[in-house]
Amino acid sequence: MAHVATSQSSHDHGHGHDGHHDLEALRMMGFWIFIITDCIIFGTLFATYAVLVNNTAGGPSGADLFEMPGVIAETFILLTSSFTSGLAVLSMNRGDKKGLIGWLIVTALLGASFITLEVTEFLKMIDEGAKISTSAFLSAFYTLVGTHGLHVSIGLIWMVALMLQVAKRGITPVTKRKISNISLYWHFLDVVWIFVFTIVYMMGVR
Amino acid sequence: MAQHHDTHAPHGGDAHESHGSMKSYVLGFVLSLVLTAIPLILVLNDIVTGNAADVVLLVTAVLQFVVQLFFFMHLKEEKKPRYNLMVLLLGLVIVLTIVAGSIWIMKYNMVSH
Repeated sequence: MAHVATSQSSHDHGHGHDGHHDLEALRMMGFWIFIITDCIIFGTLFATYAVLVNNTAGGPSGADLFEMPGVIAETFILLTSSFTSGLAVLSMNRGDKKGLIGWLIVTALLGASFITLEVTEFLKMIDEGAKISTSAFLSAFYTLVGTHGLHVSIGLIWMVALMLQVAKRGITPVTKRKISNISLYWHFLDVVWIFVFTIVYMMGVR
Repeated sequence: MAQHHDTHAPHGGDAHESHGSMKSYVLGFVLSLVLTAIPLILVLNDIVTGNAADVVLLVTAVLQFVVQLFFFMHLKEEKKPRYNLMVLLLGLVIVLTIVAGSIWIMKYNMVSH
């Protein structure tokens, strides 16, 4: 996908010489490499979790702690937000600035509700005595799920900044590349969550 | 600026400009919903249990990963040479080595216990 977004637009705009197009494509390629390295981070955290999941040190296990209704809601919210970030890119490719910002707002609101649910869940667990220091299982759990939550939070800040930039500068080769990247990042976070949902929660409660 | 793009959009001559279509996003979304619902229904209602449940969970998760790669991330639309695909495959090899290797060593090859 790195090659995509800028191909036509570069000659629609005054400063669209060829080098510019190549540079934007290269930057998207760089972002894709970042995503893959981020994948490796999550891979190590999943490996750690899988190794430590049964070491509860007499504390609560996943089956005792996890409440599926909230987790299922988080899953469908993040999945929907991945779809709406795709709709934002479609609006962008049509040159529809209002649609682009509108779908980004929907995506960010869904992302914010996801984070709200997750933080509420964490606070409730801590309240029940399941802290990060309670057991190896909980250390691995909070590190893995918390790192994902941190990624979503950073994505939200980035998304708000991009909305402001698009509102100010419009759809240019540069903002196009940035929007394509955040959309990619958002899909990636949804993919990571699918595995969190499957390996941590579903396998934890069944 | 927006108007310039509007004139290009309908014929979408440059296939790579499209960055996916509404159809591919809707299809990907519906498939993802189905692939999330299947393990929920089967596993939480104890219709499948034991190792079969793990298999159902992992297979639906991997399928959903593939769906998102093709329908949301447009991996298939990449022009040659397919550097993105190569980077992805390298990453997957590293991830699988780390995950499978860690689990294998820590669970089945411990001298103590």
